[in-house]
Amino acid sequence: MTLLHTVNKSPFESMSFDTCLGYAKDGSTVLLIEDGVYAATTGNSAADKIKNASGVTFAVLGPDLQARGLENKLADGIKVVDYEGFVNLVAEHDSVQSWL
Amino acid sequence: MKFSIQINEGPYQHQASDTAYQFARAALAAGHEIFRVFFYHDGVNNATKLAVPPQDDRDIPKLWSELSKENDLDLVVCIAAAQRRGMMDVDEAKRQGFEDNNLNEGFRISGLGQLIEAGIESDRLVVFGA
Repeated sequence: MTLLHTVNKSPFESMSFDTCLGYAKDGSTVLLIEDGVYAATTGNSAADKIKNASGVTFAVLGPDLQARGLENKLADGIKVVDYEGFVNLVAEHDSVQSWL
Repeated sequence: MKFSIQINEGPYQHQASDTAYQFARAALAAGHEIFRVFFYHDGVNNATKLAVPPQDDRDIPKLWSELSKENDLDLVVCIAAAQRRGMMDVDEAKRQGFEDNNLNEGFRISGLGQLIEAGIESDRLVVFGA
């Protein structure tokens, strides 16, 4: 069973990103949306956590990254998706867990 | 694939209503079916017909209403959440003795059973929220 986790809060505002990583198993995907996209940027503690989470795929919602002017600060190994890609991720995984 | 969407946050509160709307449009464009959109907690405020946002800003309640009309979407507002926040359809307003109602076209007020049914009937339930 594969799970798509969505995180919509900045890791500096809420514990939901950390909690999500604690539950994300091999084969699952974490999609960062809204203020959650701050976790996808370089030069902060979240970037290290993403690097160390083996077996979990990370994706970020491109329009939310652009809305915050962060396209050039994107950390390595994170896939950028648009809303169509978001829909595809939902369809490809067995279930969706929104960390709010 | 059959999707349902739950929205727990009001329009303009942060971004959840916008994200849910864009997700719904993308899902429909990709050929998926949206079984139901369920508005819960402050999300019920998406259903107002009295919003008048500035002209250069998006009119989120209207966008939902239009999307519903174009795609025959079932937009359901939680009745307990709606009553706490003064969201009334014609019948409920009458029953409570109010002169006016404020539920936008395309929305209907019902109970939590509709959310449970959406979870059972849909392949995926995606929650957007505060």
